[in-house]
Amino acid sequence: MSDIADRVKKIVVEHLGVEADKVTESASFIDDLGADSLDTVELVMAFEEEFGIEIPDDAAETIQTFGDAVKFISEAA
Amino acid sequence: MFDLTGKSALVTGASGGIGAEIARALHAAGATVGLSGTRVEPLEALAADLGSRAHVLPCNLSNPEEVEGLVKRAAEAMGSVDILVNNAGITRDGLAMRMSDADWQAVIDVNLTAPFRLCRAAIRGMMKARWGRIVNISSVVGRAGNAGQANYAASKGGLVAMSKSLAEEVASRGITVNCVAPGFIETAMTEKLNDQQRETILASVPTGRMGTPQEIAAAVVYLASPEAAYVTGATLHVNGGMDMV
Repeated sequence: MSDIADRVKKIVVEHLGVEADKVTESASFIDDLGADSLDTVELVMAFEEEFGIEIPDDAAETIQTFGDAVKFISEAA
Repeated sequence: MFDLTGKSALVTGASGGIGAEIARALHAAGATVGLSGTRVEPLEALAADLGSRAHVLPCNLSNPEEVEGLVKRAAEAMGSVDILVNNAGITRDGLAMRMSDADWQAVIDVNLTAPFRLCRAAIRGMMKARWGRIVNISSVVGRAGNAGQANYAASKGGLVAMSKSLAEEVASRGITVNCVAPGFIETAMTEKLNDQQRETILASVPTGRMGTPQEIAAAVVYLASPEAAYVTGATLHVNGGMDMV
């Protein structure tokens, strides 16, 4: 797994308090990992902080799964 | 009665009569306080008087960059911002027909936009901590209106509606957002009134006297306390019965 994926997973595990093996490529933050709308905002802000990037609102809306997040950040970072 | 030991509170307008008393009361309850305001001297004097657990954080709330940086500076000085009290406010009174855009905007900027920015910044850390208290100081005129204060009343009414919206957004994270709405309080601002103005005002106050800054501070301490965890989106009116809601 890439370095970015590791760092994203760490944030997700810490923030949502889920087991690391639940955080799969297709795992949806809301449907599979129990996030609510505030959690998703916090995750996006945590990603921005960790990777020093800006994630605009319209892009944030497309980040539904762990895979989406890794893909977006890999392209942006 | 209320114990704020270990909590850090940022108070804006701490150089003013009500703000200084709020800071004193939070400090007396055990909190570390960040004293913000534009006039450094009274802030330094207050900090010296309080002794330990007091930090001076000058900030001009009409300057967006300074506002954006204030919560960060406060968190660096105190370790965190667990309690935010948006107390600072200005007036630029005048009848609406004669009110300039500049006077309208200045009051909205300091009394409403700056508190919003400070809330936005402070909520970040509170969300992580899963605990936070925001107390916004509104005013009796924010509900009742007042001739000559269209700008001030709009800003204070706006604070109430903003607080309710934020309260709903962050309630699940142990953060409460409330307002305290003072009536006529003995401060430098009301000292300027002449006897006749004073009499007219007091005729509308069932208690028959002006309130004290201590009575506002007590309401803030309550809302900042762990005991007030189930109170959010509320406005506590402290006005001697002048406007019963």
